[in-house]
Amino acid sequence: MSKKRIRPIAEGSEWTVEAIERYDAEIGRVAKAYGLDCYRHQLEIITAEQMMDAYAAIGMPVYYHHWSFGKHFLETENRYKRGQMGLAYEIVINSDPCIAYLMEENTLTMQALVIAHAAYGHNSFFKGNHLFKQWTSADAIIDYLVFARNYIAQCEERHGFAAVEQLVDACHSLSNLGVDRYKRSPRLSLDKETLRQKEREDYLQAQVNDLWRTLPRHPAAVAEAEERRFPEEPEENLLYFIEKNAPLLEPWQREIIRIIRKIGQYFYPQRQTQVMNEGWACFWHYTLINTLYDEGKLTDGFMMEFLQSHTNVVYQPPYNSKWYSGINPYALGFAMWRDIRRICEEPTEEDRAWFPEFSGSDWRETFNFAMSNFKDESFVAQYLSPRLMREFRLFSILDDEANPKLRIDAIHDEQGYRALRRALAEQYNLGSADPDIQVWNVDLRGDRSLTLRHFSHQHRPLGPETERVLEHLAHLWGFTVRLETQMPNGDLRPVAEHRSEKRNRAAD
Amino acid sequence: MTVRIVDRRQDSKNKSSINRSRFIQRFKGQIRKAVADAIARRGIRDLDNGEKIGIPGKDINEPHFRHGKGGKREIVHPGNDRFNTGDSVDRPLDGSGQGPGGASEDGEGIDDFVFTLTRDEFLDIFFDELALPNLVKRHLARIDEYKRIRAGYTQSGVPTNINLVRTMRGAAGRRIAVGAPFAARLRELKDELERLRRDCPGDPDIIRIEREIASLLARREAIPFIDPFDLRYSNRIRIAQPSTQAVMFCLMDVSGSMDESKKQIAKRFFMLLYLFLDRNYEHIEVVFIRHHTVAEEVDEDNFFHSRETGGTIVSSALKLMLDIITARYSSSAWNIYGAQASDGDNWNNDSPPCRELLGESILPLVQYFAYIEIADAEPQNLWLEYEHLLDRHPGLFAMQRIADVADIYPVFRELFRKRLA
Repeated sequence: MSKKRIRPIAEGSEWTVEAIERYDAEIGRVAKAYGLDCYRHQLEIITAEQMMDAYAAIGMPVYYHHWSFGKHFLETENRYKRGQMGLAYEIVINSDPCIAYLMEENTLTMQALVIAHAAYGHNSFFKGNHLFKQWTSADAIIDYLVFARNYIAQCEERHGFAAVEQLVDACHSLSNLGVDRYKRSPRLSLDKETLRQKEREDYLQAQVNDLWRTLPRHPAAVAEAEERRFPEEPEENLLYFIEKNAPLLEPWQREIIRIIRKIGQYFYPQRQTQVMNEGWACFWHYTLINTLYDEGKLTDGFMMEFLQSHTNVVYQPPYNSKWYSGINPYALGFAMWRDIRRICEEPTEEDRAWFPEFSGSDWRETFNFAMSNFKDESFVAQYLSPRLMREFRLFSILDDEANPKLRIDAIHDEQGYRALRRALAEQYNLGSADPDIQVWNVDLRGDRSLTLRHFSHQHRPLGPETERVLEHLAHLWGFTVRLETQMPNGDLRPVAEHRSEKRNRAAD
Repeated sequence: MTVRIVDRRQDSKNKSSINRSRFIQRFKGQIRKAVADAIARRGIRDLDNGEKIGIPGKDINEPHFRHGKGGKREIVHPGNDRFNTGDSVDRPLDGSGQGPGGASEDGEGIDDFVFTLTRDEFLDIFFDELALPNLVKRHLARIDEYKRIRAGYTQSGVPTNINLVRTMRGAAGRRIAVGAPFAARLRELKDELERLRRDCPGDPDIIRIEREIASLLARREAIPFIDPFDLRYSNRIRIAQPSTQAVMFCLMDVSGSMDESKKQIAKRFFMLLYLFLDRNYEHIEVVFIRHHTVAEEVDEDNFFHSRETGGTIVSSALKLMLDIITARYSSSAWNIYGAQASDGDNWNNDSPPCRELLGESILPLVQYFAYIEIADAEPQNLWLEYEHLLDRHPGLFAMQRIADVADIYPVFRELFRKRLA
C-alpha cells in the first residue's frame, strides 16, 4: 500500500449524527462508483424497544392491530431480556424512500455496517429485482398500510372487536394461500394522493361485482348447465376467491380480506428471494466497507469489529452442530455472490465448463442480470457452483416414509453436483414448500358447499393443523367446506370436512 | 445531498401495547390459570411485581395449511463429514437433525409460550378473580400520595428555585479559576515593578510594566461576576408517600380439615388485605400465626405449606396474637390489622372465650379485623359467637362465609369504603 496517511472517517465507538452522515456519504460514494442503483433512503434512529415493536409488526412502521403481533412482541421481548437473542441490528423497509432503522445501542461501526447492508444493499435489491418491481409498489405501501390500519380500526368500532378478530384470524391462517403466484397483480396504486379514494371505488366495485356474480347468475347457472363447474378453472388464490365469491360476507369483510391479501402479496417476493436478497446485502456491505478500508478511510479497530459481526452473520454451522437449524440464507447467499464474482474474475477450467455463459465476463453486468431476473429457486439452480458445493460440503438426504432408513442421495462429488443443485433449488421453491391446495368446486345447486382439492406432492400428507384451518375457512365461506387430496396416481381421498351452521343463522 | 436522518427515539413508545393487551384478552382463560398457579407460588408480600407465566404453546399458534410428517422428501444439509452416495442412515429420533422442516418455526414447538406480565396486567387479573369493584381496583393499583423531597441541584429551573449559596459559590470558584493566570502574572509584575522602583527608578520598563498591570487588571475585571453557567437551582422530586406503619396478623387454622384449596382461598384473602395495607402504609410487618390446638408464630412458607392434624382451639391463636401485640406492637405508632381464616371447626367450649377475647381485648386495639369461614356446611358455634360482635363493633369487624375467591371482597367492603371516602 502507498504511504498515504490514514484519515479515518470518524473515530471512537460512540455514534453521533455527524459521524453517521459522514459514513453515509462515504459509503454512498463508493456504492455509486460500483454502480449500485438505489432508491433514496432515510435513516431512522430507534430504541431497542421500538425495534421490538417493529419486529412484531414484521418491520413495518404502521400495521393493523391483532393479537398475534402482541404474541410475537412478547416472545421477542422475552427472549431478548433473557439474552437468548440479540436483536437483529437492522430492519429495512421496501418503500420509496427506503427506510432503514438504526438501533441506538449499536456502536458506530455497527451503524456503518447497517447503512451499507440495508440502505445500499437491500435497497438496491428492492429497486432492481423483477419480483419486487412487479409485485410491490414501494411508493404506495406506507400509505396503504395507514389506510389498512385505519380501515380495520373503523370496522372494529362499527362491527365489534370480536367479529373483526375472528375474520382476521381466518385470513391469517389462509394467508399463505392468498397470493397470486404467476399472474401479475395490479399495482396497489399509482397515485398517492388518490389512494384512499381509489380504494373506496374498488370497494364499491367489489360490492357490485358481488351482486352480479352470486345472486342473478346463480339461478341461471342451475337452469343452464347442470354439469357446469364453479369456478370453471380451479383457483389457487383462496383468499381472492373468498373475497370475490363468498355469498354471505358483508362488504367490509370483503375489504378486510382484500387488505390482508394485498399485504401478504406485498411480502411474497421477500419470501421468494431470501437467500439472494440477504446474500446480496451481505456481499455489498462486505465489499463497500472493504473498499473504504483499502482507501485508508477506516481504522483497524473498525475493521476488527466489522469483521467479527460479519463473520457471525455469515457463519454456516455443519449439520451435526447443536447450532444447526438448516442452511443459513445469509451464508449461502453471501458465498454465492462472492463465488459469482470469482467465476467472472478468475474462472477455473471447471467454472468455464459449468458456466460458459458468464465465466470471465464483467462481474458487475453479471451481477445486475442475476439480481434482476431471478428468485431463490432459479438463482440456486442457475448459479450454485461445484466449488461452492464442495466448500459447504453439501449432501442430500432422501426421507421416504416407505423406507425404514434414510438414504444419502447425493454428495459433493462429480456424480452428485447436478442432483444436489436440483434438490437445493427445489427446497427454495415456495410452490412445493406450501401444500398445493386449490378451490375445486362449489355446489351451486345444492348446499353451496365448497370443495378444496389438495394435490399431493411426493405423497406428503397435510399437517395436524388442517382441521383448524378448515374451520376458519368455513367461517369465511359460510357453508360447509370440505377438503380432498388427489394422489399423484389420480385417486381421491377425503381429508376433512367442516359443516357450518351459519346458513341457518343468516336465514332467520 | 446529505442523507435524511430521523431520530425516532422519542416517538410513540408502546406501539405494541394494543397488540399485547389483545393477546392477553384473547387468552385470558389460560393466562388466568397460569396466574393462579403463580399466586400459589408467591409470597403474599410479593404481589407488586410482574410475573413470568407460561401458557401451552399449541393453543396459541395460528394454524396454516402445512405439510405434515411423512411422504417423500429430499433435504440438503451442509458439513458432510462421513457420508457417501448411497449410504443408509437410521432415522434420527424425535426429528432432531431433520433440518428446517422438522423443527417448528421459532423453535418454540409444543413447549409453553413463556412471557412476562407487567405488574398492572398481573394485578388486573388478580383483581378480576376477586370481583373487586372498579373504584377499589383503581385505588389498589394506584400509588397516589406523593411528597416532594429535595434531590440535589440542577442547572436549569425556574427563577424562584435558584439556590443562591450554591450559585455564588460556583461563581466565586469560576472567578478564581479563570482569573488565576492573571493573578499570577500580576503578582510577578508587581514584584518586578517594586524592584525596579526601588533599584533603578526612571527605567523605561516601569511604564511598560505599569501599562501591563493596568491591562491585566482590566481583563480581570472583565471576568463576569456571575455567569448563566453558575446558576444552580434546588431540585425537588416527587416520591410515593404512604403514610405510616402497620402490622398485619394472619391467623389460620391448619388442622387436618383445611385442605390445599381452602388454603389457597385463604391466601387470596391475606393477599388482598396486604395489598390494601401496602397502598396505605409506608412500612408493613406481617405476622403469621397458625394454630390447631396450640398456636405458634411461623414464617410464611410454613404457614401455607405445612399440615397438622388434631383438634382446633381458636382461642390459642387469639391469645398469641394479643401477646405479640403487647410485646412488640404496643405503641400507638402501629396500625394493627387482623385477618383470620378457618373452616369453622372449633372445640365447642372454646368459642365463647374466643368471642370474649376478640371483643374485649383485641378489637379495641386494631383498625380492622376480618374473619372468613371457608366452608359449605352449616355455620358452627364459632360463627354464631362471632356474630354477636358484628353489631357491637360496626366498621371494625367483618365476617363472611365463602365458598369461592369471588366472595372475599365483601369482607373488606367496610374497610375499603372507609379509606376511599
